[in-house]
Amino acid sequence: MKKQVACLLAAAMVAGCMTVPVAAEEESKVWVIATDTVFKPFEYTNDDGEFVGIDVDILAAIAEDQGFEYELNSLGWDSAIAACQAGQADGMIAGASITDERKESGWTFSDGYYNATQSMTVAADSEIAGFEDLSGQTVGVKTGTQGASYAESLQEEYGFEITYYEDSPTMYQAVLGGQVVACFEDTPIMAASIQDGDLALTILYDTENEGSPYGFAIFSEDSQELLDMFNAGLADIVADGTYAEIIANYLGEDAAATAEAAMLGDAEAETEAGTEAVTE
Amino acid sequence: MVKIITNYGPLLLAAMQQTVLLALCGLFFACILGIFFGILGVTKNKVCRAVNRVFVDVIRGVPMIVLAYFIYFGVPAFINGIVSSSSKFTLSALQAGTICLALNCGAYMSEIIRAGIQSVDKGQMEAARSLGLPWWRAMYRVVMPQAIRTMIPSIINQFIITLKDTSILSIIGFPELVNTAKNVVANTFMSFQVWAIVAVMYLIVIEILTVISRILERRLNRGRE
Repeated sequence: MKKQVACLLAAAMVAGCMTVPVAAEEESKVWVIATDTVFKPFEYTNDDGEFVGIDVDILAAIAEDQGFEYELNSLGWDSAIAACQAGQADGMIAGASITDERKESGWTFSDGYYNATQSMTVAADSEIAGFEDLSGQTVGVKTGTQGASYAESLQEEYGFEITYYEDSPTMYQAVLGGQVVACFEDTPIMAASIQDGDLALTILYDTENEGSPYGFAIFSEDSQELLDMFNAGLADIVADGTYAEIIANYLGEDAAATAEAAMLGDAEAETEAGTEAVTE
Repeated sequence: MVKIITNYGPLLLAAMQQTVLLALCGLFFACILGIFFGILGVTKNKVCRAVNRVFVDVIRGVPMIVLAYFIYFGVPAFINGIVSSSSKFTLSALQAGTICLALNCGAYMSEIIRAGIQSVDKGQMEAARSLGLPWWRAMYRVVMPQAIRTMIPSIINQFIITLKDTSILSIIGFPELVNTAKNVVANTFMSFQVWAIVAVMYLIVIEILTVISRILERRLNRGRE
């Protein structure tokens, strides 16, 4: 009894409002998976108050395919990392790019489940047309994203300053408000945000990079079983078309076709992309 | 842990400098605001006292994180809305952060100063006035020196709180310690190690501040007994 109370308490502390009740110990294992709060369209709360997104749907499809139970906790990016390290969560799915630096810190990633490119976005009435116009200006990035790494890699060559914001809405607001002249963001996320929010921003598609794959991440070796199921399930849902359906649902048919082709491509392409994703 | 310190140590130290810079800027203006509004609060003039009340109530009633968003985004947008010029008015994160800290800490400081002055027995002011000292002179020469001794511990407390409050300004992208640490966590995915280093860094700086303020307190209290 004491143990259960402690268990519930711990879960309640970690999970805040997004928790599904913790299952009793004698039932089959319920994997606790942590995610971000808002990383549209990978995870966000829709107008009906439901927590949805590509990550959320992919995880649901894989769990169904592999027959495991899980509980998804929307902790936020920083807390999701900490929760996995502390063992309060078994894994995280939060649009996290697979990088060597993260792997060196003891994290293990699944196969990539989406290859996101990054690009620069400016205000609709901006005179900035490319990296050449950034000299002496300040750009916004989001802490810990590949967009941030992309900007950092260009910083020296083009001589601009970087301001780090903690979430996408704040970063977009900074571009709209003129606090920064441009921001670096994952292209699909940027496109979806501009469309949904009717934002006066323009993506400069010339500035798109090659991208890097997102992976499901675990920290503890105890979660290896979960990672294996994730990889197996991912292959299954790509094969049976569920994957393409999910992507199409959030990003449209074109993006889905590209993503599916990339996933079906082969494992080699994936590892190549993985090595390219090294953070500078 | 060692890897973080060798790879990111300089970055974190630079961020600590930014934290201290921001705290000093904020505290400087907070002192000015605090003294100004604190004295307004003890004057006999009703309008002055009302100004003090409104300032303290409004600032104390708004969480600093809300204040930060408001000053960084809201104020420039508002000014650009009413003044249409070719160049957009913007506040840098340091400017917005300083204003934010100054307002927030200033409101609490003014309460400390007001309470400190009021804690001095009324008879002191009356005696000074009856000796023919003007109000300001009596306040400055007689009441204030006694009040400051009572205020010092609370003011030091407020300074430390303000130094730690700079972490809230990480949300507007000011590259202070917490903002930078989040970056390091995201790059390395080493949450605890980074936060442990950050905690120690704050501890050291605050300990230095505490030691300095203890010396200051002892000096001011000299000859009290």
